[in-house]
Amino acid sequence: MVTRLKGRFGSGIAEASTYLGQNYLIADRSIVFNVLQALRDEEQFDYNVDITAVHYPQREKQFDVLWVLYSFARNERMRVKTRIAEGESAPSAVPLWEGANWLERECYDMFGIKFEGHPDLRRILLPDEWKGHPLRKDYGIIQQDQEWVKINLGIESGQ
Amino acid sequence: MPGEKSEQNPLAVEHLEQAPAEKTYLDSNELILNMGPQHPSTHGVLRVILKLDGEKVLGTECVIGYLHRGVEKIAEHRTYAMFNPYVDRMDYVAAVSNGLGYCEAVEKLMNVQAPPRANYIRVILTELNRMASHMLWLGTHALDIGAITPLFYTFRDREEILKIFEKYCGARLTTHAFRIGGCLYETYDGFEDDVTKFSNFVEPKLGEYETLLTTNRIWLERTKGVGYISAADCKALGVTGPVLRASGVKWDLRKAQPYAAYNDFEFDIPTGQNGDTYDRYIVRIAEMHQSLRIIRQAVKAIPEGPIMAKIPKVLKPPVGEIYHSIEAPKGELGYFIVSDGSTQPYRVRVRPPSFVNLQALDKMVRGQLVADVVAVIGTIDIVLGEVDR
Repeated sequence: MVTRLKGRFGSGIAEASTYLGQNYLIADRSIVFNVLQALRDEEQFDYNVDITAVHYPQREKQFDVLWVLYSFARNERMRVKTRIAEGESAPSAVPLWEGANWLERECYDMFGIKFEGHPDLRRILLPDEWKGHPLRKDYGIIQQDQEWVKINLGIESGQ
Repeated sequence: MPGEKSEQNPLAVEHLEQAPAEKTYLDSNELILNMGPQHPSTHGVLRVILKLDGEKVLGTECVIGYLHRGVEKIAEHRTYAMFNPYVDRMDYVAAVSNGLGYCEAVEKLMNVQAPPRANYIRVILTELNRMASHMLWLGTHALDIGAITPLFYTFRDREEILKIFEKYCGARLTTHAFRIGGCLYETYDGFEDDVTKFSNFVEPKLGEYETLLTTNRIWLERTKGVGYISAADCKALGVTGPVLRASGVKWDLRKAQPYAAYNDFEFDIPTGQNGDTYDRYIVRIAEMHQSLRIIRQAVKAIPEGPIMAKIPKVLKPPVGEIYHSIEAPKGELGYFIVSDGSTQPYRVRVRPPSFVNLQALDKMVRGQLVADVVAVIGTIDIVLGEVDR
């Protein structure tokens, strides 16, 4: 499978390997949607388990965006990863899997990563007017949007 | 309420316009109805905005996040062992399952194996917890639909499970039963007897639930054909657990990718065909019987030996990342953990089954009646602590 994908996407797939028995591949942002589509249509990865991100502030491309896929037919998992810089967007997987909708919204809520082609990219867990994205590493653990708290809860601080 | 103060988007219902614009012969006006967050049948603080045409649901919009505590953020500021009790607070009616998933994920990352005895204890407690979770679900779900009696029956029997938990680890709900590397507590004297006694006690009780509901005409009317979802839709939406199985997909992580000691036991995966509320009820009842089967086998065959693997006092998993998931009572519960080699996880992502399954609500209630929304919220079996984390 990996050779098939590598043959098709060439150097767009930077790394495809296994760690602790789990397969993963790192694809370039420009082709990651096509990789996901190929995995779904040609390799039977029909179930999108999870979409999430990891923040590495010291890196030039700060965010890892991850798709965890599963194939019912093969009973296999695959993690697809891509790296994006601050301000860059990731392709939305909603056209491939409907269930990606809320997962991407959560990712946007927590990291501020925009998903291109998402039908309704709004915050999901935090209030719509909240400022900041809590799962970024530069967001403190007791930090909060004081202004929002003041306006909406009528108190000086939630802490 | 915070969400309502948004200026540009007071009710956040624009996308409901996409709902199929079927016209009734009365050609009545559409009505936006707010349900929750303090509604008794939303199982916590779920707010659903319903777009209605008379009694018919044209679309829904879930507003969630009222219970958001930032569990994933907290994880980055705790050591691996310190974060363990926090996971119990997500799906608080199935705390044991949460703990199992987290402990196994960290063990995998550190490349350690829990000893066989620990695995058996884990399986017994997790299956007991699955039964407790399904019992709580059945009681509240039936209550939502209008049957009060099952609630008393299921809570009476669930109490027996909680008593076993209490005797084993001192806690009833948020148990923190397992530790990374195995179990902290050896079983108490008479644990096996208690579990055997419980399984003999509860088997006829499951029959009692069925006499109350399975052929009850009101129950059938309220659940048959309600909240239908096809297997293809389940897969597209990522819906797992009993909801997926009730749509006819024979998939259970305990069989597909066995963890703990599940390989050692014989059990079936109950499935339905119709993918409606009634089938999901049947599947969950059958799952309780299967859990009993596993518990009986495990109690008989529980091996002697240590309950804790040899792990260092300070946990420093090597740099790397892992995704590990287990079959929680509600579906696939996954943990994605990134380690940077320090004592604290760099990132912990929880893949919550309730959150993903709740997304199917819209598909399941479109075109149905308002009263069915309550039935469908119940049948998905969500716990808002896990949806919001």
